[in-house]
Amino acid sequence: MTVPRQGDALDAVVVGVHPESAMGGSRTETAETPAQGEAKSGSALIVNKLTKRFGDRVAFDDVSFEVGYGEVFGFLGPNGAGKTTMVRTLGTLLAPTSGSATVAGMPLSAAVGPQIRARISIMPESPGLYLRLTVAENLECFADLYELRDAPERIAAALRAVNLVDRANDPCRSLSKGLRQRVGLARALLNDPAVLFLDEPTSGLDPVAAREVHDLIDEQRKSGVTIFLTTHRLEEAERLCDRVAILNTTLRLIGRPDELRKQLFTRTLDVRIRAPLDNADRVFAGLPGVESWEPGELGVYVLTISDPSIATPEVARALVAAGADLLFLGESRHSLEDVYLELINEDVEANAR
Amino acid sequence: MTFSWTRVAAIFRKEIRDYRHNRFVIMTMAMLPLIFIALPIIEIFTIKATVSSSKLDTRIGLALLYMLLIPAILPSALAGYSVVGEREQGTLEPVLITPIRSTEFLLGKAFAALLPTLVIAYVMFGVFLAIAALFADPAVSSAVFERSHVLIQLLFTPLLAGWSILVGIAISARASDVRVAQQLGVFASLPPLAVVALMSENVITPSIGLALGLAAALLLIDGLGWRVVAAMFDRERLVTGNKT
Repeated sequence: MTVPRQGDALDAVVVGVHPESAMGGSRTETAETPAQGEAKSGSALIVNKLTKRFGDRVAFDDVSFEVGYGEVFGFLGPNGAGKTTMVRTLGTLLAPTSGSATVAGMPLSAAVGPQIRARISIMPESPGLYLRLTVAENLECFADLYELRDAPERIAAALRAVNLVDRANDPCRSLSKGLRQRVGLARALLNDPAVLFLDEPTSGLDPVAAREVHDLIDEQRKSGVTIFLTTHRLEEAERLCDRVAILNTTLRLIGRPDELRKQLFTRTLDVRIRAPLDNADRVFAGLPGVESWEPGELGVYVLTISDPSIATPEVARALVAAGADLLFLGESRHSLEDVYLELINEDVEANAR
Repeated sequence: MTFSWTRVAAIFRKEIRDYRHNRFVIMTMAMLPLIFIALPIIEIFTIKATVSSSKLDTRIGLALLYMLLIPAILPSALAGYSVVGEREQGTLEPVLITPIRSTEFLLGKAFAALLPTLVIAYVMFGVFLAIAALFADPAVSSAVFERSHVLIQLLFTPLLAGWSILVGIAISARASDVRVAQQLGVFASLPPLAVVALMSENVITPSIGLALGLAAALLLIDGLGWRVVAAMFDRERLVTGNKT
């Protein structure tokens, strides 16, 4: 199987920024956020051949992509792929080794680091709260660091957004891990960021807490926040993201999850009947939309098709006409996990060679 | 985006709030001053009225030197924790992600260590003076209240504290362990005390002019030290452990 290399993927998919980007998404403008007002046209993130090395070790290499305003962009990859380093680089905590980027309308450079950081928010994998301080005290500190004029209102709004109003005066050390993540998210929302970076937001959370964080992200997405989500939880990316990029030091693939499936996998129909056909060739050969077929286990056939809307009814009719008892007929669904594993396995095999 | 005192104040306020709930800090701030005021009080009450004036000066100098250990040692524990402690707790990265500049962060930390130190040191000195005035032998009391002694205490308290804080923060910005940073900070805070010790012990004859001159020199060193500390604050290294 041929996987588009970085340049191919960029040509094919990346150039088309998220459709909402040109309109700035559906986000409701809130008061006193000059960052967003200035930067709403164009892309929220433009990354061009960005590379970061620590001595001889390459964190990520020659990475390019764009993210539109209002888009939820998933950045996937195995541990050590460079996801967190990318977030830190775009957040001006680390200086890139080469390449360029524009973050929230500003060119990435150390000179404008404070300005960029005022326009964005990053929620690190560990929320890093001051555990001896209350939730409200944590948020007050960060509201002052962002020099928010309407800090009390912003804090109240952030607490409402993460459903933590009633825990505002609790010390953070008394909160569960899931609640701490929520406080971290509230803190990240304080400055009404043009781009919200979420670095593994559900890492280490139990399924219920993870679900709560997903719902909160989903609410932010609905209100039009541009979100850059790094994760290795593929169901999370599939559920939340408009587009995803798969990074394994280099950018391996980028696009909408369904586009990636199409790029990597041929379309197939799964057929299961009660007893094997006497002559499968006679049933399947020449059917419109069916390109080839191969038998699986007893009574199972996998048909390569060009168009399921044509092939599926034709196959059903042919099987019934042949007297087969049809138990199942449906298009194979490849999950994002299949795409991811396909790519990562290719990298493993390539490294082994 | 220019330097912001609001952000300095945010770090300062957060630190003070954090101290209030930190048992280690409360114990350090309570116990150390008690130890360092107990020793000089014992010293002045064990001086016999018949002692020679030079011996009296030496004993008073020693007593006052104990008092100066408060601004020298007390803030080094706080400053030693300031950067590496936040790094260990995972709270440093979220702060550095905000628009805060390194100098704002460091100033907030420095003021948060300086203010309680000054309050405690001056209160303790006031208590010491009150006890000396009320209960000590009149000759001893008179020597304690000698102008150069009082001036040395008033001048050198903030300057020694400033030095301890600078050195403590510098070590904290480079250390990978809180305890190591605090221990090194305490050791590194002591050298300036040597000059004060020489004056207290009358090896260098204390005078107002000399005290002012030495204070000016320490102020200059503190100023230069501040630049070094700001330059040592390497965000990339602090976040990743890798040098830029």
